[in-house]
Amino acid sequence: MVKLTINGREITVEEGTTILHAARENNIYIPTLCENEAVAPYGACRLCLVEITTARGRERLVTSCIYLVEEGLTVRTDTERIGRIRRMLLELLLARCADSEVIHDLARQASVTRTRFTKQTGNNKCILCANCARTCEEVVGVAAISLARRGVDREMTTPFNEDFSEVCIGCGSCAYSCPTSAITLEDTDGTRVINWPHNQMEFKMKACSVCGKYWAPEKQVEYVARTSGTPLSDYDACPDCRE
Amino acid sequence: MEVKELKEKVKQVLQKYQLDESVLVDILHDIQAECGYLPKEVLEETSRGLGVPLSRIYSVATFFKAFSLEPRGRHLIHVCTGTACHVRGTVKVLEKMEQALGIKTGETTSDLKFTLETVNCVGACALGPMVIIGENYHGEMTPETVGPVLENYN
Repeated sequence: MVKLTINGREITVEEGTTILHAARENNIYIPTLCENEAVAPYGACRLCLVEITTARGRERLVTSCIYLVEEGLTVRTDTERIGRIRRMLLELLLARCADSEVIHDLARQASVTRTRFTKQTGNNKCILCANCARTCEEVVGVAAISLARRGVDREMTTPFNEDFSEVCIGCGSCAYSCPTSAITLEDTDGTRVINWPHNQMEFKMKACSVCGKYWAPEKQVEYVARTSGTPLSDYDACPDCRE
Repeated sequence: MEVKELKEKVKQVLQKYQLDESVLVDILHDIQAECGYLPKEVLEETSRGLGVPLSRIYSVATFFKAFSLEPRGRHLIHVCTGTACHVRGTVKVLEKMEQALGIKTGETTSDLKFTLETVNCVGACALGPMVIIGENYHGEMTPETVGPVLENYN
């Protein structure tokens, strides 16, 4: 167990915990967009920045979603300096994704009402945190999409920017893990459409042999059968109708 | 080059690196040296051969400026637009170059002879404006010397 202080409160957490999780366990709020328990910490959005003083007296700014707790660490999550940095980050995010509700809410909480930066168009709510791609690779094991290019041209996209990804199974984990709803999923009459920030793809859905309900994309069912080594016929009926 | 031939080249490069995915950048460098650029089929073959997701290969190939997913000319022209070259008049040299080749910066001539790109400094500022064509360095370029220099390449 490790003892540390967050905002003057002494807390004890297990070794290997990140500052963010330690704070959360103790009901201390730190804002974040890109943190997701299902995938490895990444530190993309920078909103979870905190000020720390190590046991040896060194002061630093760190992203709390990546930094692991240390014995004798002092953490401050809401100082004047942190507030200033966070407001700047939110202004930048507002300029990047002016149409994102989530970013507006976070900005409002930090009393940021406008941005001094030139509003960008065409980012389609994507903040490039790569939650989708990381979930796709680490959790699903498919890696259908990735960040491409660099600098101002960086985009979350499919290989070769096409409205198609050979390996995508249409499971929708990317849409589910996106913190800003930049990826959406629509199911209508036996087809699923996944809208990525810059591409989209259509999937045929599998109908249940008993109730007739469309319950999963065909490619996903095939993927599950293949990776689990079970016959495809096991998946004719939807989970509700299965014996 | 035929697709089959390209795939054979990819296979040879992958064998050379013993299918080690940790040297992906070196592999892509070698493949590009063989093929001139990185065609889609080649990246797909690399993905299959190494067992690395195509999305990651695409991510790496588009990240580095050294890689091109579009066909490039036989001779790669780099016009230095660094501060020293700029002061010494590289803008006029670049304009003349674009005019002489009939293309814009970043493009390739339709006969696949030249690709024109800019670079920010090559460390030979005293000789500016610098133009690098393939492996050859041409210093103290002026709009007047653009034509004669280009004639040396075919």
